[in-house]
Amino acid sequence: MADGKLVKRAKYKTSVKVPGVPGVLKLTKERFYFMPNDPTLTTKLNVEFKLIKGHKSSKECSSKQALLNLTQAQGGNYLFEFDSFPDRDQCRDFVASAIAACGEIGKATSEKPAVPHDEQLSATEMGRRIKLLQENSELQKLHRQLVIGGILSEAEFWAARKKLLEQSENKKPKQRVALKNDMWSVKPLSDGQTNRVTFNLTPEVIHQIFAEKPAVRQAYLKFVPGKMSEKEFWTKYSRAEYLHSTKNIVAAAAEAAEDEELAVFLKQDDMLVSEARRKIRRVDPTLDMEADEGDDYMHLPDHGLPQGETKEILEPQYEPFKRSFSQYLNQHAAVVLRGRVIDVELGDTRSVAEAFTRTNQAEQATEVSDENAYRERVKKVSRVAEIEDLQGPRDPPVALLSIKDPRDYFDSQKANAIKALGDAETGIRQLKFSVSKEEAFCSLKDSISEINSQGLIEPIISPEVALKVFNGLSQNISSTKYHLGKNPHESVLDQLPSATKNELLLHWTSIQELLKHFWSSYPITTKYFYAKVTRLKDAMSQIYPKLQEIKESVQSDVRHQVSLLVQPMLQALDAAFAHYDADIQKRSAKSGERPNGFV
Amino acid sequence: MKFQLEDVTIYFPYDNIYPEQYQYMLELKRALDAKGHCLLEMPTGTGKTIALLSLITSYRLSKPSNPIKLLYCTRTVHEMEKTLAELKLLYNYQLQHFGPGARMLAIGLSSRKNLCVNPSVVSAENRDSVDAGCRKLTASWVRAIAVENPNIPTCSYYENYDAADKAGTSTLPAGVYTLQELRLYGKEKGWCPYFLARHMVQQANVVVYSYQYLLDPKVAGIISKEMERECVVVFDEAHNIDNVCIEALSVSVRKQTLEGATRNLSRMSNEIERLKATDAGRLRVEYNRLVEGLAQRLPAQDVWLANPALPDDIMKEAVPGNIRKAEHFLSVLRRFVQYLNGRLETDNVEKEGPVAFVASINTQVGIDQKMLKFCYDRLHSLMLTLEITDTDEFLHIQTVCDLATLVGTYSRGFSIIIEPYDERMPHIPDPVLQLTCHDASLAIKPVFERFQSVVITSGTLSPIDLYPRLLNFNPVVSRSFKMSLTRDCICPMVLTRGSDQLPVSTKYDLRSDPGVEKNYGKLLLEMVSVVPDGVVCFFVSYSYMDGIVNSWHESGILKDIMQHKLVFIETQDVVETTLALDNYRKACDSGRGAVFFSVARGKVAEGIDFDRHYGRLVIMFGVPFQYTLSRILLARLEYLRETFQIKEGDFLTFDALRQAAQCVGRVIRSKADYGMMIFADKRYSRHDKRSKLPGWILSHLRDAHLNLSTDMAVYIAKEFLRKMAQPYDKNGALGKKTLLSQEDLENMITGPDGEMLL
Repeated sequence: MADGKLVKRAKYKTSVKVPGVPGVLKLTKERFYFMPNDPTLTTKLNVEFKLIKGHKSSKECSSKQALLNLTQAQGGNYLFEFDSFPDRDQCRDFVASAIAACGEIGKATSEKPAVPHDEQLSATEMGRRIKLLQENSELQKLHRQLVIGGILSEAEFWAARKKLLEQSENKKPKQRVALKNDMWSVKPLSDGQTNRVTFNLTPEVIHQIFAEKPAVRQAYLKFVPGKMSEKEFWTKYSRAEYLHSTKNIVAAAAEAAEDEELAVFLKQDDMLVSEARRKIRRVDPTLDMEADEGDDYMHLPDHGLPQGETKEILEPQYEPFKRSFSQYLNQHAAVVLRGRVIDVELGDTRSVAEAFTRTNQAEQATEVSDENAYRERVKKVSRVAEIEDLQGPRDPPVALLSIKDPRDYFDSQKANAIKALGDAETGIRQLKFSVSKEEAFCSLKDSISEINSQGLIEPIISPEVALKVFNGLSQNISSTKYHLGKNPHESVLDQLPSATKNELLLHWTSIQELLKHFWSSYPITTKYFYAKVTRLKDAMSQIYPKLQEIKESVQSDVRHQVSLLVQPMLQALDAAFAHYDADIQKRSAKSGERPNGFV
Repeated sequence: MKFQLEDVTIYFPYDNIYPEQYQYMLELKRALDAKGHCLLEMPTGTGKTIALLSLITSYRLSKPSNPIKLLYCTRTVHEMEKTLAELKLLYNYQLQHFGPGARMLAIGLSSRKNLCVNPSVVSAENRDSVDAGCRKLTASWVRAIAVENPNIPTCSYYENYDAADKAGTSTLPAGVYTLQELRLYGKEKGWCPYFLARHMVQQANVVVYSYQYLLDPKVAGIISKEMERECVVVFDEAHNIDNVCIEALSVSVRKQTLEGATRNLSRMSNEIERLKATDAGRLRVEYNRLVEGLAQRLPAQDVWLANPALPDDIMKEAVPGNIRKAEHFLSVLRRFVQYLNGRLETDNVEKEGPVAFVASINTQVGIDQKMLKFCYDRLHSLMLTLEITDTDEFLHIQTVCDLATLVGTYSRGFSIIIEPYDERMPHIPDPVLQLTCHDASLAIKPVFERFQSVVITSGTLSPIDLYPRLLNFNPVVSRSFKMSLTRDCICPMVLTRGSDQLPVSTKYDLRSDPGVEKNYGKLLLEMVSVVPDGVVCFFVSYSYMDGIVNSWHESGILKDIMQHKLVFIETQDVVETTLALDNYRKACDSGRGAVFFSVARGKVAEGIDFDRHYGRLVIMFGVPFQYTLSRILLARLEYLRETFQIKEGDFLTFDALRQAAQCVGRVIRSKADYGMMIFADKRYSRHDKRSKLPGWILSHLRDAHLNLSTDMAVYIAKEFLRKMAQPYDKNGALGKKTLLSQEDLENMITGPDGEMLL
């Protein structure tokens, strides 16, 4: 799509019911082509977008076909069925922008360079827009009305919503894939005939080995490719694993004595041991069993009762080759718990190993000092100490105020204010703002003496009155919500017939959108803006009579409310028209001074 | 909350209290009033520790004329930290509501390994090297030389502390200090926290330390010697206290020990030769001191582990003449080591009493009982004279002298067992001579005698009448409390059959049956797929656990389990186990869920809590009997039968079930918590086994849950978890209050026996 082209598999149909001709639909900015898979068929299409008036699409649901219907200006249409809805949506959006672009070109071809529109969109950008439209049906409606209706261009529409796009971007952090909790068990595949055993190593397995066995990783960095080839390295490693799986420590020790590289794999992992030392200082003190051992004078060597356990007695020379399955189990679980710490393609073994080493070093460097670790530990213990259900609730129970989008809240407040302005009942009290200290003090003194002489009204505000005021206020606030239509519950809108309601809401949102674009176009500096403003004004003036119509069409019992609702919209439109007219006058006055006709 | 309990005002740091906590406090208070000992069993998860701390500190506040001191003994360091954290919560509450009068000093005491802040010392590998490293810097003779020679290293923390001590300024301000905080304080001040804590023990109002500081005479001799009588001693989680007492007085000697002891002896004899040539006066001074007796007080930094025999058993008399001279003493020790070597050469198992053993020593190598008794102190004195600082090198000879002193002191309650090889591996010669104590009452006797009140408490002390017999004391209060539950938040089950309806057990004949292993594996697999968060499994021993986990690995069951949860396992290496536990908690916190494999009687079972989401299910695979063929155990059983008329079978079952109960009891921390417990062995369904479980588990063990197979258990688990996920009323259902507020307590009328009438 980046090059202004889109190719999708689709079926061309003459009507919804027929199976259709399978083929390829190719869209460019100017025209679309359809090539049937069977070259013998004659249903090839090559249509210019100029001729296309609009498009319709089927609703997205699993039982329905993904259809796209392009209507021709001269009547007639092209119906395509797509394999999937995302495909369809992509085409639909492409078509939408293509139609819009053609319309634009048709209208104002000369002004093209100034138009910040139809930048070459990347697929992801387009995807994001499509997603937003899918998630938000209101936005979709608006988009259909304004962009497809040709009032705004695609780019203009989205330019005002950059934030929304970014938000949706940030909301979804890239999901990281966890490690598989699957131990690479060394089950050598032996073919039964020869004495050969085979091991399978995949990049994923190598990644796991490096994560779980830092010594192997280090050895890899040291030996490969200088001392041995990658293949030799892994062969040696597998040999060591095989020796371990036979659980024959003596044999392992014997082999290790002959081959020092092999010994690296067979010996215990020193790096793990030192890492454990480091980590042990940071564990929760309520689990620290090492501290116990440090305090236990009862179990001096040879003191106390021998445990009922038999300890395997190993000769000291074999000690370093002892490795237990439990140790491996714990290390594996720890690594899986930590998850993927490196962000490198798994294919290249060396870079994986290096990345691990880097992250390890970084971790060691960023480790907080002992002091902080102590405090953290102390805090942890005191948190654990409390018994939860004996403790009464700490704070009075408070329902959290969560405003999904703060703008919604402030917008409704503003609407409220506009409404209040319209209300003649609300008298505006005159307030004096510059009060000197003496004046303030005198006023306070007066009120005190007044209270002294007359006594305080107890309670200061009678609860009934307070409740009434409170109810009134909250109703007022909730009644203003319909402006945005966000809250369908108990608003005046519900009393209206649903058709009227929908119409009103639609108009409200489109007026908002138009006004936003309208005001943002001022001051008019280029011809582009001039054209845009004119376009917007026309669109708005079309809505104006429609609003009047609604007002008159509704029944008399709700007419008052509807007019209350429509009033602010009309006011806002009026303001815009007034500004437009004033601006035009100014311009014509200016152009009078500059007769060369330059606007 | 603040309430009146008879004549004492209790300050309790929470807004509500459980009824059983109230009753627990009442019983405890009566025991304190009577200045007697008491035995209290209260289920885990009912806030025992805070009830106890709150009562004793409030008791102290209400009787300012005669304040009592609290010595709180825990089994492990992490329990110590937890207790101190709870105490701190309480202390802050009391300060707020009682005022500055509630100020007190509470400290935790541990070894140098846990308290030292000198980086060059504390980085040493194990405790003994830390101790030795400290001595190398702080021994009085080292410091004396260092004064003249600045090149000799000393510990600046100790020097600062010593200077402050001499100036009389070395004190801790009032407050509650965990070990971590002591270290922080020490670091800030530049004082050695270990010696500071040791010094403050005498003045502190609350001291929290581990059991051995009171029970093991070697340690108690230096730490707890000067505690006054007006102390309340608490042994928390004391269900294993008899074993601790016995272990404190047991020693074993192997070939390696004797080889090491021989090396130690030759080094000492070299030292003596050197000293004779350079500074013969010092040996003479020592000789004169020994004539006067051993009752000398050594500077604090020089002391090391004291005599292994109990303080009352050491007669205050002069060291026998024939071991006063250093060379003579060494030759006595040599002969003794030689004798032990000879005894280890045997091909048969030998068992004898201490009297016969001492007599045989006397006839064969001419060392009499009195000389043996003084061996330990004589060695101690000699090592000080020789100015030996690397004491960690001399552990072997110390062990030998321990043995000598113990057999020289006690004539009953012990036996000496010599085994040429381990019964389970007869082909590997590993001779060992063990001096084992059978009588738990020996080690704890001085504690009962010295302190006015001793409180023994735990979640599992059933049957409660057995403990006074084992420990030989008369409690003034002995009670077992039930748990009043708001809802049935524990769900014990006995699983007798696997998914194929065949019996499961760890009984000897079934233990290695692959069918049983598979059934156990299937049980766990089914459970991890339905239980959220943490699951804990206990096995009967390390070797059994290793075996079964390996076989699960080979059969692929382990892989299937890993599809659901991460797997962690306890190993014999504490560092690794600690890290595994830490990761286990992280996995539970993050919602990943994990399984922890652990061993009954192991370190994890002893003191790690698996409360809340850290443990929603415990599975006890098998009955954790002790290794019944062990000769030490057999000797002990014999002693118990002869002395206390306790039947072998009864004792073994009691011991196994208290371990099992202890393991499963770790899942519950409060009444808001919930958890399931599966006893997976057919033997649990038998009445004689089951009835030994503590009452609070039995009362929730329904008859229908006594004989389950895997599929039924899974069904019950699902139902239970679903039920527990529902919201509930914390204050308890109608009529039965399980959470009392201050108001409830004020309206309450207490019956004569402490029962509550609402």
